[in-house]
Amino acid sequence: MKILVTIKQVASLDEDFELRDDDRDVEADFHVFDLNEWDHYALEEALRLKESGNSDAIEVVVVTVGPDRADEELRKCLAKGADRAIRVWSDELEEADPIGIARALAALARREAPDMIFAGVQASDHAYGATGMALAGLLDWPHAAVVAGLEYTPGAGTASARRELEGGAYANVTVQCPAVLTLQLGINTPRYASLRGIKQAASRPIETIAPDALGLPTDETGKQGSLSRIRRVYVPELGRAQMIEGTPAEQAARLAGIIKEFRGEA
Amino acid sequence: MSGILVVAEHRQGQLRPVSVEVIGAAVAAREAGGERVTVAVLGATPATFVDALKLAGVDEIVTVQTANDAFDPDTYQAVAHVLIEARKPSLVLLPHTIDTLGYAAPLAVKGNYGFTTDAFGLARDGESWIATRSGYGQKVNMEIEFPGRTTVVVTIRPGAFKAPDSAATPEVSQFDAPAVTPRSHHISFEEPVASSDVDIAGAEFITSIGRGIGEETHVEQFRELASSLGATLGCSRPIADSGWLPKAHQVGQSGKTAANCKLYLALGISGSVQHMAGMKHVENIIAVNTDPEASIFSIAKYGIVGDIFDIAEELRGHF
Repeated sequence: MKILVTIKQVASLDEDFELRDDDRDVEADFHVFDLNEWDHYALEEALRLKESGNSDAIEVVVVTVGPDRADEELRKCLAKGADRAIRVWSDELEEADPIGIARALAALARREAPDMIFAGVQASDHAYGATGMALAGLLDWPHAAVVAGLEYTPGAGTASARRELEGGAYANVTVQCPAVLTLQLGINTPRYASLRGIKQAASRPIETIAPDALGLPTDETGKQGSLSRIRRVYVPELGRAQMIEGTPAEQAARLAGIIKEFRGEA
Repeated sequence: MSGILVVAEHRQGQLRPVSVEVIGAAVAAREAGGERVTVAVLGATPATFVDALKLAGVDEIVTVQTANDAFDPDTYQAVAHVLIEARKPSLVLLPHTIDTLGYAAPLAVKGNYGFTTDAFGLARDGESWIATRSGYGQKVNMEIEFPGRTTVVVTIRPGAFKAPDSAATPEVSQFDAPAVTPRSHHISFEEPVASSDVDIAGAEFITSIGRGIGEETHVEQFRELASSLGATLGCSRPIADSGWLPKAHQVGQSGKTAANCKLYLALGISGSVQHMAGMKHVENIIAVNTDPEASIFSIAKYGIVGDIFDIAEELRGHF
């Protein structure tokens, strides 16, 4: 029994950032990397399933598509209790869009043949919300998106998923397994890695593999396997609040005035 | 390849408001390229939604009868796929919603259509479509192109486009659904949890807290502050997810919309797209945040860069 968890190293930006000369991305020097917030929840759900039964019976495998630096995020997952980590990469993947990433993940999933795949609903950097469900489409597996509650007995033929809808509503569905599920924030409370876990993870092996070694054809790799391309990135002209300056006491006094005016007291 | 296809979304017998916004996006795109706008609606009784879709700029409404009204990703994907193959539109517009997240990407990979999500802008460049979306947590905008793709599928951000404001009389036709064997089944809906002591939708003044409060033990002081200000206490998603406040307090896409709010005080809320979807329409937004670059300042009327605990402490003395 194996659960595959797909993760992403996301990038946020330094306060003062610059665009690349070709204007198609932000200059890499200004990226600050981290593990995607959603992926903590996806990993946690897999670890809970592993721990709920005979722990030797479930293998939790984390996979990412990314360059060397993405190993750092895989190690965070190993530190929390993932059994094995795999990084898929070749330079061609640099230009992959979310669908191009999903094709590399699908090639890996075909090799690993897991019983279930968990992905985050979206990534905190670009928020496409596309990779996990594209993976389901490429594998032609059953799927459900934005799962905020899961009842699944490892090895069972169906899982019950509570999909979070807009406005605080939910839809309860059953989905055939194996399935690809994208998991929402709040589905569980992710653990922190223990110091011991972090130490051990530092020396654990991470398998790195190129997409062609997984059988992904050249014409489906990277740019050629993508369905979109970033033409231009620019900094939008945003509205800007009227800033209230001064000491906290002065700022609060002004704020109190606005509130009192609203309440019809001033 | 010509034409713009919209797939409408409905839930529990109601057309979802975002569906008519997507029609608004299609009508705007029609003005750019002169292509015919077709709106498809599927369900057990799709005809019930037709009148609400007869909007200015729509050329045709296509009804597709399927087994169930409740959303099923395999059914939506299969119907959209055969409609695209039959009509060969250059552009397919879907709402960027929870349901559509479940089938848009599988649809795109199956047909190898150009694809992007959460777009708030659409433009024409010669024969090609260009979509604009946010990147890096809304710090930049990204223009997306689709080289070599004759059909492009784009999901549209809720609230980004206005619905057409007048009605029309488009032709209405039926389309046969393909055979589908769904691999997931809708069991039930759960309504939002009702709460007697908090009414985000009805409140005129909301004081809302976010990650910036740091710890659960700090919730109480802000509850007291909201009470002394005469405000309803709201929160952003992480506060509700952590169980620090009941879900009924949550403002945003998966929570409540601050529908009647006139004054919104956002304390320690950076302003995700999902949170802002529930409050950005409020006329008077005041944001307090330690990060001068927080997105919330782009929609707030007044901003304070500062520590919410300091400001709250000082504010207490005035009420």
